[in-house]
Amino acid sequence: MKLPKLILKNLFRHKLRTGLTILGITIAILAFGLLRTVVSAWYAGVEASSSTRLITRNAISLIFFLPLSYKDKIRQIPGVKNISYSYWFGGIYISEKNFIPNFAVDSKTVFELWPEFVLPEKQKNDFLRDRKACVAGRKVAEKFGWKIGDTITLKGTIFPGNWDFVLRGIYRGAYKGTDETQFFFHWEYLNESLKKTAPDRADRVGWYVVGVTNPNLASEVAAAIDRTFKNSLAETITETEKAFQLGFVSMTEAIVVAVQIVSVVVIIIILAVMANTMAMTARERIGEYAIMKTLGFGAWHIAVLIFGESLIIASMGCALGIGATFPAAKAFGDAMSTYFPVFNVQMQTIYMDIAATFVVDVAAAVFPAWRAAKLRIADGLRRIG
Amino acid sequence: MKQNNSNIVEIRDLSKSYQRGDQIIHVLEDITFDIIEGEFLALMGPSGSGKSTLLNLVAGIDKADKGSIKVAGVEITLLSETELAHWRAVNVGFIFQFYNLIPVLTAFENVELPLLLTGLSRKERREHAETALNVVNLGDRMDHYPGQLSGGQQQRVAIARAIVTDPTIVVADEPTGDLDRVSARDVLELMCRLNKEFGKTIIMVTHDPRSAEKANIIRHLEKGVLNEAS
Ligand SMILES: Nc1ncnc2c1ncn2[C@@H]1O[C@H](COP(=O)(O)OP(=O)(O)O)[C@@H](O)[C@H]1O
Ligand SMILES: [Mg+2]
Repeated sequence: MKLPKLILKNLFRHKLRTGLTILGITIAILAFGLLRTVVSAWYAGVEASSSTRLITRNAISLIFFLPLSYKDKIRQIPGVKNISYSYWFGGIYISEKNFIPNFAVDSKTVFELWPEFVLPEKQKNDFLRDRKACVAGRKVAEKFGWKIGDTITLKGTIFPGNWDFVLRGIYRGAYKGTDETQFFFHWEYLNESLKKTAPDRADRVGWYVVGVTNPNLASEVAAAIDRTFKNSLAETITETEKAFQLGFVSMTEAIVVAVQIVSVVVIIIILAVMANTMAMTARERIGEYAIMKTLGFGAWHIAVLIFGESLIIASMGCALGIGATFPAAKAFGDAMSTYFPVFNVQMQTIYMDIAATFVVDVAAAVFPAWRAAKLRIADGLRRIG
Repeated sequence: MKQNNSNIVEIRDLSKSYQRGDQIIHVLEDITFDIIEGEFLALMGPSGSGKSTLLNLVAGIDKADKGSIKVAGVEITLLSETELAHWRAVNVGFIFQFYNLIPVLTAFENVELPLLLTGLSRKERREHAETALNVVNLGDRMDHYPGQLSGGQQQRVAIARAIVTDPTIVVADEPTGDLDRVSARDVLELMCRLNKEFGKTIIMVTHDPRSAEKANIIRHLEKGVLNEAS
């Protein structure tokens, strides 16, 4: 026998208490992991966005359009490499529950500006050839069971009517954080229809996406673009895609902060639970610690017993919690893909899980261990009698 | 000099008091006595007379206020907390009234426990522990947990634990206090054997005169003062 064996034997003295404490830590780590993943998913758009792409939008508001005529003017500005544009279509697939971000895009340039949307060459060509073609991200296609060649009907909200598209491509993200839930189709198709039905709404775009030759000059180029349209009918605001996305997220920052606080509170609660378990455990065994000290064991040995037990309980809870986080995040991400296009457990979250476990383990054991170390043998023995 | 050499314990002017609230209780006052090697000493006295306190001081689990305690030539009042722990592991075997075994360890593991502090190999530890359990006649109960043993058997396991390291002195605080008459007799006989066959020096606290009879020498503690055998 060695001391570690005594730790294990102690662990099984109150199976229910040990089991419940491990379960508590498992749930806390799981909750912590999911909450941190929500936070990182919140910023996923920012993370995935490029700081070399510029977004030019109407200075008044994103919901106001820009004229198509700006395209050629922007292209002539020094430092501009390429340009594309999008229009928020706002179509509904069958029911409003099925939110899909859908855009009318400039089909000729869209993949040039978004190289992270990866599409087989054949699908790309099929998309370009077919006026009514559309491309969807892998996740949406999987969610609704779409196959290449399927006809997909979106009900217009901004642009009334039922719009039929033929799925010609399914793109994959080049990176883990790439949004695979988007849906886009030819801007020309929308524009031709508008020319017939609502000519005053034709030849407009929602925003321009501008690639720059030198990323270091991005802010100069952005300023030059905005200067060009100063005092025109539609003034512009140009910023990097990252800044643009961050602007969105910062509107909801309070929620993110709340989620972060809750994640910390979860850890504090489990710390209290764990500290209570260890305090109860150590208090019950004060007499035994006194005996061991009588036999010549030192404060160190007792500390090893207490810290060891705490470490095993916390580590088991942590391992189970981390193990549960991945499938839970997958299920959660699938169910919530509408709100969180990218919902991946970050490695950093796992490190934080482990760090939190370590803090909980040490903090819960330190007071009982200190008390046991300070314990005067004669007093400890007296408690038994 | 010759007599000094055979004194295993030498206590000089030993005093100990406790503070309770603003009241100071003088438990032991200027106690001086010797214990000869191989002696079986019974320490008697009424409850609260300071028997346990004296025993704890000699065994190095409590600190004296004043005076000197020499055990096998070592002045233990000068040892630090850590030194004292090492000293106890090597020199003192403990037997308590309530056996004080670790409930999650088997009889064998309880006896092996103090050996973990020695440099003995696993095999040597096993041999020593088995020998000690055989001495107390529990060779067939090694894998039993304390909860599966009677009070008398538990106390015998505790005795095996006390002697397994072959200590200089064995201290016992009312070792029969919690036992029925038959078990108490067995335990006392065992302690006599340890004293006679193995030459162990034993200091036993008891307030039972029948138990004390087994000892070679009886001393009475009364109001913090030690009296010669009556
Ligand atoms: N830690 C302590 N704090 C205060 N008083 C104590 C303490 N330990 C013992 N005493 C007191 O010292 C006296 C002697 O106690 P003890 O040595 O246990 O007596 P005995 O073993 O002879 O019954 C008693 O009055 C007891 O209450
Ligand atoms: Mg006593």
